Amino acid sequence: MPEVKEKKIETLSDVTVRFAGDSGDGMQLTGTQFSDTTAWVGNDLSTLPDYPAEIRAPAGTLYGVSGFQLHFSSSDVNTPGDVPDVLVAMNPAALKKNLPELRPNGTIIVNTDSFDPKNLKLANYERNPLEDDTLNGYHVHEVPITSLTKNALEDSSLSLKEVSRCKNFFALGIMYWLYNRPLEKTEEWLKIKFKNKPELAEGNIKAMKSGYNFGEITEIFTTRYKVDPANLPKGTYRNISGNEATALGFLTASVKSNLPIFLGSYPITPASDILQYLSNYKNFGVKTMQAEDEIAGITAALGAAFTGHLALTSTSGPGMALKAEAIGLAVMTELPIVIVNVQRGGPSTGLPTKTEQADLLQAFCGRNGESPVCVIAAQTPRDCFYQAIEAARIALKFMTPVILLTDGYIANGSEPWRIPDIEDLPDVHKEFRTEKEGFFPYIRDENLARPWAIPGTPGLEHRIGGLETDDITGNINYEPDNHDKMVRIRNQKIQNIANDISDLKVYGDDSGDLLVLGWGGTYGTLKDAVHLARKNGYKVSHAHLRHINPFPKNTKDVLKSYSKVLIPEINLGQLASLIKSEFLIEVEQQNLVRGLPFKTEDVLGKITELLGGNNGK
Amino acid sequence: MANNSEVQTIKLTAKDYKSDQDVRWCPGCGDYSILAQVQRTLPDIIEKEKAKVVWVSGIGCSSRIPYYINTYGFHGIHGRAPAIATGVKVANPELDVWVATGDGDLLSIGGNHFIHTCRRNVDLKILLFNNRIYGLTKGQYSPTSEKGKITKTSPYGSVDYPFNPISLAIGSGATFVARAIDVNPKHLQEMIKRAGGHKGTAFLEIYQNCNIFNDGAFSLLTDKDTKDDNILYLEHGKPMVFGKDLDKGIKLDGTKPIIVDLTTGSFTKDDILVHDEFSAEPILAMILAHITDDPAFPTPIGVFRQIQKETYDGAIASQIDFVTEKRGKGDLKKALFGANTWEVN
Ligand code: SF4
Repeated sequence: MPEVKEKKIETLSDVTVRFAGDSGDGMQLTGTQFSDTTAWVGNDLSTLPDYPAEIRAPAGTLYGVSGFQLHFSSSDVNTPGDVPDVLVAMNPAALKKNLPELRPNGTIIVNTDSFDPKNLKLANYERNPLEDDTLNGYHVHEVPITSLTKNALEDSSLSLKEVSRCKNFFALGIMYWLYNRPLEKTEEWLKIKFKNKPELAEGNIKAMKSGYNFGEITEIFTTRYKVDPANLPKGTYRNISGNEATALGFLTASVKSNLPIFLGSYPITPASDILQYLSNYKNFGVKTMQAEDEIAGITAALGAAFTGHLALTSTSGPGMALKAEAIGLAVMTELPIVIVNVQRGGPSTGLPTKTEQADLLQAFCGRNGESPVCVIAAQTPRDCFYQAIEAARIALKFMTPVILLTDGYIANGSEPWRIPDIEDLPDVHKEFRTEKEGFFPYIRDENLARPWAIPGTPGLEHRIGGLETDDITGNINYEPDNHDKMVRIRNQKIQNIANDISDLKVYGDDSGDLLVLGWGGTYGTLKDAVHLARKNGYKVSHAHLRHINPFPKNTKDVLKSYSKVLIPEINLGQLASLIKSEFLIEVEQQNLVRGLPFKTEDVLGKITELLGGNNGK
Repeated sequence: MANNSEVQTIKLTAKDYKSDQDVRWCPGCGDYSILAQVQRTLPDIIEKEKAKVVWVSGIGCSSRIPYYINTYGFHGIHGRAPAIATGVKVANPELDVWVATGDGDLLSIGGNHFIHTCRRNVDLKILLFNNRIYGLTKGQYSPTSEKGKITKTSPYGSVDYPFNPISLAIGSGATFVARAIDVNPKHLQEMIKRAGGHKGTAFLEIYQNCNIFNDGAFSLLTDKDTKDDNILYLEHGKPMVFGKDLDKGIKLDGTKPIIVDLTTGSFTKDDILVHDEFSAEPILAMILAHITDDPAFPTPIGVFRQIQKETYDGAIASQIDFVTEKRGKGDLKKALFGANTWEVN
């Protein structure tokens, strides 16, 4: 027995880890397991997968690299982390692709077994980076993960291929040791996952334990780390991704409103998950239709809206373009429907697996005619749950289409979510009209919403359509004055929603030198940047819009309370232009359209630039 | 509830299906006859109250029809009526859902929805008002206009081949496929009734004269002097004979249809092809669909095909029942908790 040296234990407050390997290396799974265990031990965290655009890219190539980033901490976590502190690279391509993003001085764990001439060539390395100065300045831990896994599973009945597939669990074991995490959560999970193939569960568990023990006995690692539990509110938690949260939000709205869901949708990256999740909930009466195209998805949903269902359609940018005419029909027929746009890089096919915020103006005005719709944007993965409920609530109450904007970043990212009490969630409902007396399809309530009289209701037979309608009776009417009146009514109805939504909240002081104003998935980054700037003494606050059409009523007052307003966006200034035209104020912009989320340091840099280098003093 | 029993005991008439809106088609348009036959037939088809009837349409002259029928109606956008109607039917399979559409609406801009509706066998009744022209946009060639047709957008003749709607419907899996003519009210009523009584996608092509932009498109089938020689009435179990004196017939030579003369003595009625609406194989229906395009042959009118299979709306409903029975009625709390939770104290 070699003598095991006592290892140092260092306490850290905040770590960002990235697992990277070939698509077939199981990095998403490894990352998810590490996240689940990390959440379980009480850290706050945020994760972001990085899928290759190709489905099955050739093994070992740069474009086949799949990554999973995880940021965990003993305090609040708002983003998956700007730059990884630690990189686990399962092959040369993973190292090559991810090295530029690693923190200077960061830690690298590499699987040396995969650094053979073939894989080096596939990764476009002329020389082995483990043997030249490429990795100077980093803490590199070279581990022959593949062969160590093979040794550990020598006696197992698994095939060679199956054994080699266990190597990600060896790597996970090392990471569990390094960050002082228990193995039992993953053990449990493996046993359930391979219920019918216990030898696979055993193999993976053994590989993981060997990785853990390897950390303990090897001299490669001299230090292990501790990250204390975060101070999170009491409750039952789970991890949730934005797309799953969106699906669950709609399911909740359906239960609360007692209306079955009809989701008409066509598969599209990165929105398909919503259709996939909801199609699991048939026992809630959920009807999902995988339509022949984007247009059928929304028009079938409109048919279901007419017939009294909670109507939904989910898509991403190019699909939104195709749905535009049907959204106009929903505006004209005043039917409740929620359209989810999980934004991705555009225009055209653009960057399907990358994130962007460039569909805001499309949501606002991407239709013919005066065609106002309510626009809402979710801020974080778990916020998608609440905004899906909010979108359904408004659609029903105001009999209007509502566009819910999320994006690839929060849709695929995940974070712990304290599961709410169902009773505490907002009320979602709309009564059907059944009373014959005084019924007209376009009479209106105090909010200007028209009645919902669904087919099958005796005595309320009526016709709706895309032609201009007469106020009250709903008959076709092309009269100039009627059209002008109806255009204004439809617009006023959307404006009335402002009376029914919460105020724009400010993080920081109610007034000051600078307000950083954002919307959508940049929330965490802006919050972190403002937090850091405030720590540095800057008089800066943060506000983040969820309701964009209409804006919350206090938006103007908030904006006017600061000397300057900065609007960072992953587009060329779409919210900025809306804010400028609506409130006639000057704004500063920060725009980066790289298909990637902002980095905290980018925004912090801009704040510092605007307020002067010397802490603004 | 008082309403319900009232409706069930008093038989409705065509008048009950008339809305209070003025009908705004051009005088002489074939759409008038179709509307009248629909209104006359609906009381016979719909055993339920008329509140359970929904008319969905797209854009075009024909698509105005929901405004004139006093039931629920949804005048949609161009080409999308089958998709809208699918949503209506899936949301409430109890409803009788009808689609009124034209050749441009259904076969050009809405072609995708049409074939997929047929493929899924959604329980919809689709009435195609085929006038072989774009009427509402004032006279451009349509996907059923004959090749060489001179219109405003084809001053030297259209170079497009037309669709054969019956063939397209059969090929896409429609479970009821038939054809009628606007000016043949009795037969049209019969076809509307048959379509209405079918469970599954029922496709009824109606030849409709647009007297403004394509007058006489079907005159061979409607003129007194020519119609008998040019129409083949399809009747289940009956030999396919036609002509004023029923002295011509269709015979199969291998898979090739030929016309035989019954007056020469070489052939008798026993040699003539017998129509089988319910054949499991689509071959006969396809042959009949395609003789339409051959000027040497008469145009078949009537039911080409009727088969039974599970409907899309029915399958969605029974899957929900099945999963609910197997997994129990959905429990929201359980769904929110998911598979993996932890406590923070
Ligand atoms: S344009 Fe033709 S199809 Fe349209 S209403 Fe006039 S006659 Fe009928």
